[in-house]
Amino acid sequence: MYLSTKPPAPTGREGIIQAQGLVKRYGEVVALNGLDLSVEEGTVLGLLGPNGAGKTTAVSILTTLIEPDAGTATVAGADVITAPGRVRKNIGLSGQYAAVDEHLTGFENLDMIGRLYRLGAGKARARAGEMLERFSLTEAANRPVKTYSGGMRRRLDLAGALVAEPPVLFLDEPTTGLDPRSRLELWDVIRDLVQQGSTLLLTTQYMEEADQLADDIVVIDHGREIAHGTADELKAMIGGERIEITLQSNSDAGMARNVLAGFAVGEIHSEGRAITTPITGGAETLTAALRALDSAGIRLRDVGLRRPTLDDVFLSLTGHVAGRGQALEAEEVAA
Amino acid sequence: MQNAIFALGDGFAVARRNVIKIGRVPEILFGVAITPLVFVMLFAFVFGGSIDIPGGSYREFLIGGTFAQILVFGATFTGAGLAEDMQKGIIDRFRSLPMSRSAVVFGRTASDVIYNVVSLVVMAIAGLIVGWRIHNGFGNALLAFGLLLLFAYAISWVMAYVGLLVPSPEVVNNASFMVIFPMTFIANTFVPAENLPGPFRVFAEWNPVSAVAQAARELFGNIPPGTPEPGVWSLQNPVLYTLLWVAILIAVFAPLSVRRYRRASKTT
Ligand SMILES: Nc1ncnc2c1ncn2[C@@H]1O[C@H](COP(=O)(O)OP(=O)(O)O)[C@@H](O)[C@H]1O
Ligand SMILES: [Mg+2]
Repeated sequence: MYLSTKPPAPTGREGIIQAQGLVKRYGEVVALNGLDLSVEEGTVLGLLGPNGAGKTTAVSILTTLIEPDAGTATVAGADVITAPGRVRKNIGLSGQYAAVDEHLTGFENLDMIGRLYRLGAGKARARAGEMLERFSLTEAANRPVKTYSGGMRRRLDLAGALVAEPPVLFLDEPTTGLDPRSRLELWDVIRDLVQQGSTLLLTTQYMEEADQLADDIVVIDHGREIAHGTADELKAMIGGERIEITLQSNSDAGMARNVLAGFAVGEIHSEGRAITTPITGGAETLTAALRALDSAGIRLRDVGLRRPTLDDVFLSLTGHVAGRGQALEAEEVAA
Repeated sequence: MQNAIFALGDGFAVARRNVIKIGRVPEILFGVAITPLVFVMLFAFVFGGSIDIPGGSYREFLIGGTFAQILVFGATFTGAGLAEDMQKGIIDRFRSLPMSRSAVVFGRTASDVIYNVVSLVVMAIAGLIVGWRIHNGFGNALLAFGLLLLFAYAISWVMAYVGLLVPSPEVVNNASFMVIFPMTFIANTFVPAENLPGPFRVFAEWNPVSAVAQAARELFGNIPPGTPEPGVWSLQNPVLYTLLWVAILIAVFAPLSVRRYRRASKTT
């Protein structure tokens, strides 16, 4: 585990996706600021970061939609800048916003994409049918996409990325904007893909999603990597358990922090009446901390002992919460 | 060679998508079939009955001009359609596929030809209903339709470029009407160019829309006998003059559009 800008730990194998020092600026905005990535064949990399972190920019460079201002990248052995055509033959992209034609039916969309992958008319038709079946869209196959729900569109878009069975897949925030049920369905679909050996680069704002789907997680913010590791490694990084308390009164916050400092094994975070304290020692430490708070005359509304989630990792790494608030903002923009 | 065949196939796949939409999107059906129908009827009954041309029929005179005007109007579909595609996610899909880079614009202009064929068929039938007739043989009439389609194809390329330049489909509609209205009205579409005052007359005489309308009328045999020979080369040789414009517009705007599409894919 490291907090760094140094290259990914040597794996001994060349990644099927490999990027070094990617930089992309939009005027004053530095969308990517020296990003390195390496994804081994048959694994899933979760690119995790809040809205505006540079995820879509990274995916766009790797899928040849835009060129970086600096840095190099190869996908399936082909350079994204000098051999974009060869890259495109080997990738499937499902972007942040469903890239399907509203007025065409599900079948017509997939059939067109298959032809544009140059499968030939017969194979394109056959694959379109198979994909619709696999994504439970057979019933809706001959309806225009504009009658589809958000979840169905997403599934169709994903099906489009898979029509030609490309070895490398890029999914940019595949579940942003979906209701929880559709999200779970899509997770199942993605897990299936991975079991069949696809290599996947998946971006997400949801810690849970990366935790569920990715072998390896790169956390980015402001266009650069801030952490890299497995979900367990990232969780271990912030030291395990924490006490979460909510005070009765705001005015106790300062005193409560002072008391809790005696139990903390890292930095204490507080937001209004909520205070989060990293600890070790579980229930014993919790009991001791509660006694200390009590004898200091601090009254609590709520208290809990929590195992860490990736949200905590993010909070401790970036100093801000990458949570539903930002995700919701993104959804509103997308809508 | 193999690349060229693949590129054609890609263009075909894109064009097919646009053609499917004629029956699905009411705005497109309206623009491609209903508007042309209404225009032919409107012009025939509102103007056609009220103006007399000695020895000929003003209704028949109008048809060539109406065909030319409506096809030029129709080219805004190319521009607006491309602008709309560029705004939507579908273009990212296209760009990430191993397809020919020019297929999106070639496919779009190709599907426009189909749109135009539909419009022409509708207008020809409407014309026949209101009393328009071909007086110069079926072969010449086919040539006239071919020339109209060719001219419309060239205008499609101009509008494709406009569509790729502007930020939204609405802008295409607004911008193009500022050009298309003067272009199609300051012409011999509704009155002979000689009848227009001063500078308008010169513009109308050299306006390619006048030439294509003139050519269509001649080939359909819709020029009343005894009409004086036009005084300018462009209208004396309307077929040649139209073909010249077609060649120039395609030679300029096809490469510009393809380049613009490629560049747009690198920067956004
Ligand atoms: N075409 C663009 N023009 C200007 N700024 C852009 C453009 N694309 C992205 N950005 C900016 O670059 C940063 C990273 O954007 P993006 O890669 O879309 O982030 P993410 O996908 O993680 O939300 C943001 O600040 C965004 O506003
Ligand atoms: Mg994004």
